[in-house]
Amino acid sequence: MKAAVVTFPGSNCDYDLYKAVQDVGAEARFLWHRDRGLDDADVVLLSGGFSYGDYLRAGAIARFSPIMDDVVAFAKAGGPVVGICNGFQILCEAGLLPGALIRNASLKFQSESVWMRVERTDTLFTRDYAAGQRLRIPMAHAEGNFRADPETLKRIEGENCVLFRYVDRHGGASPEGNPNGSMNHIAGIVNEAGNVMGMMPHPERAMEAVLGSTDGRGLFTSLMGALAAGSAA
Amino acid sequence: MTALNVPGTPRLPAAVDPRPGDPEVTDEVVADHGLSPDEYTKVKAIMGRTPTWTELGVFSAMWSEHCGYKNSKRLLKTLPTQAPWVIKGPGENAGVIDVGDGYALAFKIESHNHPSAVEPYQGAATGVGGILRDIFTMGARPIAVLDSLRFGDLRSPRVRYLFGGVVKGVGDYGNCVGIPNIGGEVMFDAAYEGNPLVNAMCLGLMKHEDLITGVAEGVGNPLMAVGARTGRDGIHGATFASEELSEDADESSRPMVQVGDPFTEKLLLEASLELIASGHITGIQDMGAAGLTSSATEMAGRAGNGVEIDTALVPVREVGMTPYEILLSESQERMLVTAKAGHEDDVRAILEKWELEAEVVGRVTDDGMFRVKENGVTVAEIPNVPLTEACPTYEREGIEALEVAELRDRELPVRDTLPDPSLALLDLIRSPNIASKRWIFGQYDTTVRTATVRRPGGDAGAVRIRGTKRAVAATTDCNGRYVYLDPRNGARAAVAEAARNLVCVGALPTAITNNLNFGNPLKPHIYYQLREAVRGIGEACRAFETPVTGGNVSLFNETDGKAIHPTPVIGMVGVIDDVAHLTGHAFREAGDAILQLGDNTDEMGGSEYLYRFHGGLVAGHPPSVDLLAERSLQQAVLAMIHTGLVHSAHDCAEGGLAVALAESALGEGDDPLGVDVELPDALPAPALFFGEAQGRVVVSCAEADVDRLLEVAADHGVPARRIGSVAPASAGVRIRGAGTEIFCRTASLADGYFNALSSIMDAAPAAATARDHTA
Repeated sequence: MKAAVVTFPGSNCDYDLYKAVQDVGAEARFLWHRDRGLDDADVVLLSGGFSYGDYLRAGAIARFSPIMDDVVAFAKAGGPVVGICNGFQILCEAGLLPGALIRNASLKFQSESVWMRVERTDTLFTRDYAAGQRLRIPMAHAEGNFRADPETLKRIEGENCVLFRYVDRHGGASPEGNPNGSMNHIAGIVNEAGNVMGMMPHPERAMEAVLGSTDGRGLFTSLMGALAAGSAA
Repeated sequence: MTALNVPGTPRLPAAVDPRPGDPEVTDEVVADHGLSPDEYTKVKAIMGRTPTWTELGVFSAMWSEHCGYKNSKRLLKTLPTQAPWVIKGPGENAGVIDVGDGYALAFKIESHNHPSAVEPYQGAATGVGGILRDIFTMGARPIAVLDSLRFGDLRSPRVRYLFGGVVKGVGDYGNCVGIPNIGGEVMFDAAYEGNPLVNAMCLGLMKHEDLITGVAEGVGNPLMAVGARTGRDGIHGATFASEELSEDADESSRPMVQVGDPFTEKLLLEASLELIASGHITGIQDMGAAGLTSSATEMAGRAGNGVEIDTALVPVREVGMTPYEILLSESQERMLVTAKAGHEDDVRAILEKWELEAEVVGRVTDDGMFRVKENGVTVAEIPNVPLTEACPTYEREGIEALEVAELRDRELPVRDTLPDPSLALLDLIRSPNIASKRWIFGQYDTTVRTATVRRPGGDAGAVRIRGTKRAVAATTDCNGRYVYLDPRNGARAAVAEAARNLVCVGALPTAITNNLNFGNPLKPHIYYQLREAVRGIGEACRAFETPVTGGNVSLFNETDGKAIHPTPVIGMVGVIDDVAHLTGHAFREAGDAILQLGDNTDEMGGSEYLYRFHGGLVAGHPPSVDLLAERSLQQAVLAMIHTGLVHSAHDCAEGGLAVALAESALGEGDDPLGVDVELPDALPAPALFFGEAQGRVVVSCAEADVDRLLEVAADHGVPARRIGSVAPASAGVRIRGAGTEIFCRTASLADGYFNALSSIMDAAPAAATARDHTA
């Protein structure tokens, strides 16, 4: 698997994502936001951070970066795209994923380890997880409160597009387990075609026991396995 | 006028015509610039003439306490700075030590107290920005931030406004740049009501060969201004930071406060590291306090050269800025770089990639002068060496205040019957000084860069070094009450606590940076505090072999003549050879044995218990510090951890043994446990449970390993004993002793400990306005 990690001005989890990809034995390279072409990448990853300082609105400026034209075309052609944290915000702004991420209900930046539940295991991104598996993953964001209009939300749920839901430590989707006020406790979604996913928590920060959790590895091994099996097209 | 024989003065500067439109230099103007008549006489002697308005501004900034350390330099020179592992000691942008496997660690602490008192959000944010730049200008990538904060009583809306703003400022800046916050500390005490303290520490990692310093080498090499443009913000910030605050100083002083842009900082960080690696530059320095003036003169000074700058070449944000303003602006996110001649376009190309500017603003000269032109017309010419080296230094008169001696010797109103010790523990655990700081670090990204192996909330934070087994740990500590009551002993306690915190996570204490926050040193009782505290730091650092590699001095922390508690914050770093030895403060499982290292005493002076239950009383002898015993304790804890048998280790600090036990039982809050302990000491209950005797650590281990660990302690000559067992949460926290007993439900303690700060900050109308300060 050849994975391309896009660096925008202000990206600050690009290196973490790059290392996570390498940790599962895949090939990783960086792409600069002004580059054109995706360099034969099998999968494109948009990292966390504060692209363009999150000025105007998180992800609102990054979507106009030259490389985003290529990312959108790649996604429309069925190429797998992953957006984490700021990357998720950029994918929503770019129209590749439905909904929007607004300020946390607390109106604060929140940094903590959250529990989330795997809602689907039949995707490129989650096939190595068990259905209903609880994951302990760090999150760190100020704008991760997932919102969608009622019709969109209905479609997201109806088409089974929720990949991860915030839960309490016992595995129940409850207000106590929801850190930021997201609708339906949504932590991560996939598009209807199943090739573009976004999530707010940081699986790349949960790759090793010494960092406190290995629950994030499944996302990267799933992708590796899926692409190796040729199910990416 | 006759010239003084100042060493290093090459010759007298040329005559400079007053710049049209600049104010005339009068005695009153001189006084407004913070220069004493004697200092001004020295200025005139160095110049051989009356300085121009621009030259006066330059002297004022460079000879401020903030840049010139004039009241502290002689004391600082007494501190130990050498060790085989020290690569760069004081005098650089940051200290640098060897941490093994070819890696070097740059680290430093710096204050932003005055700006934060008038504009907490920007003051704190730019404090973080400044310390990050000090680290990456050494060639090191910032890997961790810590923040050491002090505020008044949280019952005041003004204090809540300051606290909330500072935390948001620290968080927003570090979060955006993407540097994890791994720890720090905060204390609330009425002594900091008008003068909050905001000290930020940064650690940066590099390979030895990547080290670069701030020198203007190579005569003829171009000086380039890099990064953000220069505006009118922060003019004379260094001088402002070297004065007392007055009641009306707050809003009116805002133009002296800088405004930060962390997005630009992130770009500047990447561009600077790329520049350093490129080989196109010979030196780089942050334009920090006193901006272009200090960076240019200090870089020239380190190389023994002169510099010439034309202010008309400096990229500015607004038209009509005078040379005076351009030289003294403290606009953020700017660097001064000495490029190799002929490599200017290469430097520009790197900056352009990161969407930043780089412009040639001057060059390195061989005449030893700091010369400033405006469109080719000289507006200032000052011999460089006297500007940086001949700043007058003073040894002031230091006498202890009678009232402090009286407070120290006062008989303490501690009675063993009141309050009930169980209620006392429940109350102490929710004191903002003891309660969990989750409300703070929950707003800081602690895990970005995927290297954080000890997050905030324990004894010390730690980040691993990828590709090695190693990690570096860091902590900040200082109990200002102890220092107030006994500066020498209190400072020793600050160093000792920092070292205990490091060994509790499994790190060998290696070196310190310090931030000396004090009142006005012209007052004999303040200078006494400063002198004695520096003495105490030196003694402890010698005993622990933790040299001082740099730091910061913040004096004049007074409002309306009232000084803060003297607060010499110690930022200590340590090395963990193998991350397998990382240890936490939380008890691991019920049934484990609890060991206490060190002795309980009847010392209650300066304790949180006194402050909390006796109307804010700060009195008595603070706990004594036996440096040899502390050193043995540190070695014993590390040796115990290296056996691999230790399940948890926790320093005993504010709130004493009962609080330490409760904190270990509560852990991070996910899986709290209980405690069943019996203390046989013949001491009054308050001292036994809540006294803050130094040199104590609580350790837990499996039942079967108790004897083995007690043996290790005995080998180091450290008193150690088993005091009880970890219990299930359902059994609560039970501590028997002094003929009485503490019993608290674990859930009640957890509620108090984890929710105390949020219940104050999120329930009350937090956004009290800036003008609310009389409440």
